Amino acid sequence: MSYQFDFAALLPYWPEFAMGMWLTLQLSAVATVLGFVVGTLCAIGRADGPPAVKWAVAAYVEIIRNTPLLVQIFLVYFGIATLGVHVSANMAAVAALVVNVGAYTSEIVRAGLESVHKAQLEAADCLGLSRAQTYWHVILRPAVERVYPALTSQYVLLMLASSITSQISAEELTAVANRVQSDTFRSFETYIVVGLLYLLLSFVVRVAFWLFGMGVFARRRKLGTAL
Amino acid sequence: MSSTLSSPLSPVVSLSNVHKSFGALKVLDGVSFDVGVGEVAAIIGQSGSGKSTALRCINALETIQQGTIQVCGHAIHDPALDRRALRRDVGIVFQSYNLFPHLTVEQNIMLAPTCVKALSKGEARDLAREVLSHVGLEAKADQYPEQLSGGQQQRVAIARSLAMRPKLMLFDEVTSALDPQLTGEVLKVMETLAREGMTMILVTHEMAFARKVASKVVYMHQGRVWETGTGAMLDDPQTPELRAFIGNGL
Repeated sequence: MSYQFDFAALLPYWPEFAMGMWLTLQLSAVATVLGFVVGTLCAIGRADGPPAVKWAVAAYVEIIRNTPLLVQIFLVYFGIATLGVHVSANMAAVAALVVNVGAYTSEIVRAGLESVHKAQLEAADCLGLSRAQTYWHVILRPAVERVYPALTSQYVLLMLASSITSQISAEELTAVANRVQSDTFRSFETYIVVGLLYLLLSFVVRVAFWLFGMGVFARRRKLGTAL
Repeated sequence: MSSTLSSPLSPVVSLSNVHKSFGALKVLDGVSFDVGVGEVAAIIGQSGSGKSTALRCINALETIQQGTIQVCGHAIHDPALDRRALRRDVGIVFQSYNLFPHLTVEQNIMLAPTCVKALSKGEARDLAREVLSHVGLEAKADQYPEQLSGGQQQRVAIARSLAMRPKLMLFDEVTSALDPQLTGEVLKVMETLAREGMTMILVTHEMAFARKVASKVVYMHQGRVWETGTGAMLDDPQTPELRAFIGNGL
């Protein structure tokens, strides 16, 4: 085996790799925020909603968890087009990722909600807090804090899984890689570089989550212990 | 069984023929008693006698099947009860403290005044300092519940209730999870409240405290009010059940 590595051939493409990374981060960030909102609302709906809502959330979660992400992306992309709405590939990619990660988020947050003892709700009720105030101040914060490590893993996974949106030609990092390797015929080198760039992105995402957690969870910042 | 003692003042709390079952289990079997303004009523009795359930019914944490309960002018038995209005008049402290673990002591106390009474952060903070000094814990304002002893946590729970300026305070076996020394510091706070004229109903196993502080003692047995009287009743029980209970309890 005498393969001659030639990474230099990729050098001219660094601005495109950088743009790809940037778009990957953007897609992931938007999908993370929206997916968290969707997932949390679903978790609350499933825990506390009327039967029809519980049933709808359960069906949504099971469908998403038991079908491939790639199929979901195609369904969203072509589904939106069929409705006559014109959206960019990037928008469709974000929508598909939100639908996907929202389902996983709702299961994680549900575990967090269930970890909050009923006595806490009773105490909030007896202090006169409304249902919404109780959710916001007494339930959600400790619930999310407890499942924060699981959420972090899920959103790192989301960032990595966003590579699949290259299949509907969202111009993220993997799409850039596909193009570069067909231009340079340096496939192995290209994907080695892209793999390293994803490692770097994962590190960035984890650090961002850690910093955000330190900002939001004051008790953890001060005491350094799990809730 | 003795007759119910009528209170000299207009009652803050009035239970009349209250029945409550959990499924087939009859827990309250026609309970009646009154508590007047400024009174300290101690409900005593064995585990399973229905005393905690009676207290929870007073705060509308359980629904009753029969009878009437009036609390600070609210008809608890009425399905149309305005719970939030009731919550403004009645505070409750639980055996397990139920402080919010992710909030500091001060934030625990500030939460309800800011949410329910729309106090500003500054007003709520002043209020928190005031009630904390009342229970002797102003130095702990910035600590988290897990950093405190059980007795301190329970005093914070009392302060949290006091911050809502209730007309009536309920205490549900608030010292049962504490060792004798910590029990003492919590009882001292409750005694101060009683002296200041707070209307209080406490479910307790602390017979010495009931004898000393309570203006009315309600002994419950098998879901009924078996005997009522003043603290002195504990020195001269009229029924064999209370005699046996005190014999075991002291």
